[in-house]
Amino acid sequence: MTSPIAWRLATIAGIRDETPSVKSFGLAIPDWPGHRPGQHVDLRLTAADGYSVERSYSIASEPERAGIVDLTVERIEDGEVSTFLHDVVEIGDRIELRGPIGGYFVWDAAASGPLYLVAGGSGIVPLMAMLRHRARAAVDGRARTGLLFSSRHAEEIIYRAELDGLATAGDGLTVWHTLTRLRPEGWAGYDRRIDERMLAETLEPVGIEARAFICGPTALVETAANALVRLGLPPDRVRTERFGPGGT
Amino acid sequence: MPDPDARDLDTDLDTDLDVEPDDAPLDGNVAAGALAAALGADMTVVPARCAHCGTVTVMAELRAWVGGPGIVLRCPACWGVVVRVAETDRGTHLDVSGAAYLRLGDR
Repeated sequence: MTSPIAWRLATIAGIRDETPSVKSFGLAIPDWPGHRPGQHVDLRLTAADGYSVERSYSIASEPERAGIVDLTVERIEDGEVSTFLHDVVEIGDRIELRGPIGGYFVWDAAASGPLYLVAGGSGIVPLMAMLRHRARAAVDGRARTGLLFSSRHAEEIIYRAELDGLATAGDGLTVWHTLTRLRPEGWAGYDRRIDERMLAETLEPVGIEARAFICGPTALVETAANALVRLGLPPDRVRTERFGPGGT
Repeated sequence: MPDPDARDLDTDLDTDLDVEPDDAPLDGNVAAGALAAALGADMTVVPARCAHCGTVTVMAELRAWVGGPGIVLRCPACWGVVVRVAETDRGTHLDVSGAAYLRLGDR
């Protein structure tokens, strides 16, 4: 009866603000079988009248962190599940979920070789699990890794301080930010939506031998995936995960 | 991405984070939970051949519409329906009539 994808009850063990509209929820999950970086869980809310709604949320924490699984969730104004998580849920509450789920959009350090990540907004979440795993897994320090991360405003950059720390650890990770709406005074990063030239410039130091993972809104994913293939990455090394209002 | 050259980067797709066409599809990753719960295995890495146009696409790369009851997965080349999956009180309804085959245990 303990199929890994059976519904089970998790307990909220921690809540942390990431940005004004994004929170991370630490979950204690009985009999959690462990996960791979990039996997997600399905979360289900059921009302007293039996109406239920499900959403998929990527796991943000690395498999090496024992006991707690982190989900990072953006509050969508008219979202049925994300508003509940942000506005109602408290530490000690229990929620229903199943997982870990997915075997396509996953990366293990054992894969070695260069890694190139592209994120839009909360699309950073599964990629963060990969970067946290990479930092813990004592990967060959020379394995080049790049992250290109698109956000609207500086204050909306999820995990900004942690990414800064990872990028200065000297283990081969470079992080590029682009801000599509407003830039603070003296902003040194990119200042436009992700396009082919930006992808070419940031892929170049990582190399076209890289495995690529792209996660974000559908249009961003399509743009980036098509451009990376034109830049020389084999399509089977460009893995994508799309999110949107229907899936968040 | 069975035919990346078929699409032009200079489309009018809006990549801004909060401007999404209402019908922008997700992908097969979103159906992974329902399929794994019903079939007992991860299906996202399974290649599926579209019965309409013959294109082979791993299920994670099928395009997904989640608005209705259940999830509809379409071929990214011809937009034909390949898989429909709906979880109900009476079990999971799985329609794979749009797939010529699924290649399980692919290696």
